Amino acid sequence: MDTLILQFLNGLDKGSAYALIALGLTLIFGTLGVVNFAHGALFMIGGFCAVTLQKILMISSVTLDPTKLNFLGKPTEVKTPYVEVFFGKDVGAFIVDWSVPLAIFFAIPIMIGVGYVMERGLIKHFYKRAHADQILVTFGLAIVLQEVIKYFFGANPIPTPAPEAFRGSVDFGVWLGFAPDLIIYPAWRLVYFIFSLVIIGAVFAFLQFTTFGMVVRAGMADRETVGLLGIDIDRRFTVMFGIAAAVAGLAGVMYSPISSPNYHMGMDFLVLSFVVVVVGGMGSLPGAVAAGFLLGVLQSFASLNQVKALLPGIDQIVIYLIAIIILLIRPRGLMGRKGVMED
Amino acid sequence: MLGLGRKDTTLFAIVVLVTVLAPFLLNPFPADSAMAQFNSGYPDLMQRFAIYGIFAIGFNILFGLTGYLSFGHAAFLGVGSYSAVWMFKLLSMNVIPALILAVIVSAIFSVVIGFIALRRSGIYFSILTLAMAQMMYNLAYSVFSNPAMNLTNGETGLQVYASDPQYLKGNGPDVTHLFGLQMNSTYEMSVAGWKFDFGVGYYLCAVIMLVAFYIAIRIFRSPFGIMLRAVKSNQHRLNYTGVNPRPYNLAAFVISGMYAGLAGGLLACMDPLAGAERMQWTASGEVVIMTILGGAGTLVGPILGAGFIKYFENIFSKINENVLHSWFHWLPESVQNFVVHVLSPFFGEGWSLTMGLMFMAVVIFLPGGLVEGGLRIGRLFRRRPAPTPDAATKPAE
Repeated sequence: MDTLILQFLNGLDKGSAYALIALGLTLIFGTLGVVNFAHGALFMIGGFCAVTLQKILMISSVTLDPTKLNFLGKPTEVKTPYVEVFFGKDVGAFIVDWSVPLAIFFAIPIMIGVGYVMERGLIKHFYKRAHADQILVTFGLAIVLQEVIKYFFGANPIPTPAPEAFRGSVDFGVWLGFAPDLIIYPAWRLVYFIFSLVIIGAVFAFLQFTTFGMVVRAGMADRETVGLLGIDIDRRFTVMFGIAAAVAGLAGVMYSPISSPNYHMGMDFLVLSFVVVVVGGMGSLPGAVAAGFLLGVLQSFASLNQVKALLPGIDQIVIYLIAIIILLIRPRGLMGRKGVMED
Repeated sequence: MLGLGRKDTTLFAIVVLVTVLAPFLLNPFPADSAMAQFNSGYPDLMQRFAIYGIFAIGFNILFGLTGYLSFGHAAFLGVGSYSAVWMFKLLSMNVIPALILAVIVSAIFSVVIGFIALRRSGIYFSILTLAMAQMMYNLAYSVFSNPAMNLTNGETGLQVYASDPQYLKGNGPDVTHLFGLQMNSTYEMSVAGWKFDFGVGYYLCAVIMLVAFYIAIRIFRSPFGIMLRAVKSNQHRLNYTGVNPRPYNLAAFVISGMYAGLAGGLLACMDPLAGAERMQWTASGEVVIMTILGGAGTLVGPILGAGFIKYFENIFSKINENVLHSWFHWLPESVQNFVVHVLSPFFGEGWSLTMGLMFMAVVIFLPGGLVEGGLRIGRLFRRRPAPTPDAATKPAE
């Protein structure tokens, strides 16, 4: 039982990463009708926002300490980050420690900006062209973004630790009434799961309860009619692209303590999140979220030792198998609507 | 000639001439001159031109004719490589059985995958092929490398060991060969400073590529090819006229899968080692890039694209900052440093960046690829008004 719960938690955790990326993909797809192969790159850029903020915070002033001598008999260099100089030692150390959560505020404007530039500068010109062209140009863009990041940050993963308070593990079983030390789970992964729930909830609330969101939903249903009502739907869709980019970026920021950002992490996630979107049903936001969690949980259960003993290697391929089966028996995915990309 | 029209015969003759004379054409600079780094006439690289040419020709039969964009073709390349190496392990180092098995196995795989993936079209097809190729990559990388059933040897890659049975080996050589003709043997010819290498491996690849190219031309011109084009221009109309397009699509998919398997088999023949990274989806992306860059739907486009990518991959990766400095040594020091600093991200390690930018530029500005670019330039020089696309031949959407 305890292993099952542990795997379930693992699955929810993995699933929340899939769901966040798939949500962004579906937002772009549902509004603009563009299949964005560069979405994984946006996730990766989010991770590197965290890296950049950490680097900025670590910019230090170097002073010589004449009281301590190193082995050459010269005064040792003492590095103090400027934040510690400005805000005092305690506050400064706190800011440096919390650089990943702080990067959220740093990443939002950057990601919205990146998304805005991408949509206005490139993708706008591809609405009228074939879907294959859209895939190709965003695929090219993904390569370019990836290589640019590689040029500036190098090819190796850069560790971005979570704040000290969340670095340990939580005895999760005790909360559910199990014996202690039975279900122990990394604290940051729980934070990630809760964070993604908040983000998903926020996106849905934004679409459901604001006028802006209402217009966007109307535009997703029937773009032309909304245009005829005198609403500049293109501008709203551009904003939605920015929001989708920000969602992917935030997913990347929060994921950076779980696996250190490297330049090709986006590509690794992209394929899976496409599968998630297709399983959920193209253009269906709840479908994308549900499929993300579903596939994450199924993948975790498939990696249970008992299952693996029965079907060796099933954990590696279960997601793809499920995707193939679902597409064959329910061609529109779990919650797909009629008429989306049927050509 | 050979059942080709006049234009196609000329085209085919040019391609034959270029491939046969490639060792000369690709080595235009004397061996010890400063420009020698732009030479690419050594067998290793020329083999890759030919092999990836085959891969791209095959991909073009699917994408160029039917418009189905597969993002999983590298899976067949990998399957071909694995089956070829298995033939080396079990029979002998002769390439013929290896190539035959490679084509057969990849055909079987592409029938299965094509049957499933072709139930959907458009973007769903791309994602399905992507998912299935990624699944096969995972299978090859981790699942089929367990001790009970070690088909792929996982991370190390499948290779031939001395302990392998090799039932038909006899006194045959230990390297890949074609009835005794070893693939890695070369004949070197030097003429007044120029050096030309003629590799057996290259000529085998070249002959197979020419045959593959010939078959592709015949497919393009056949009623079957026209049917595939009809699929691309309007599949619904085809349905209304009472034609079921799926068998045609499946046939095209299988043919292009076989081409990919053949290319994979040849890769293994040139270097008897098969690794799973050949099947990764970025490798599938590469063949997409080659085909689009050269010109999808044209005959020579894929070969041009494959040659272009492989050539520049090789050359660009060799150029480091020192080489750049030596190019711009005539500039004043500070300007020189600045120019080198600006250019260096695009050379050496940064080749992928250059390739990505080039690919984007082609997709945005030149959807017909290099072939269309060439035609446009040709038209400029002939000063004839561009022929307007005839309204009658354009299909109604």
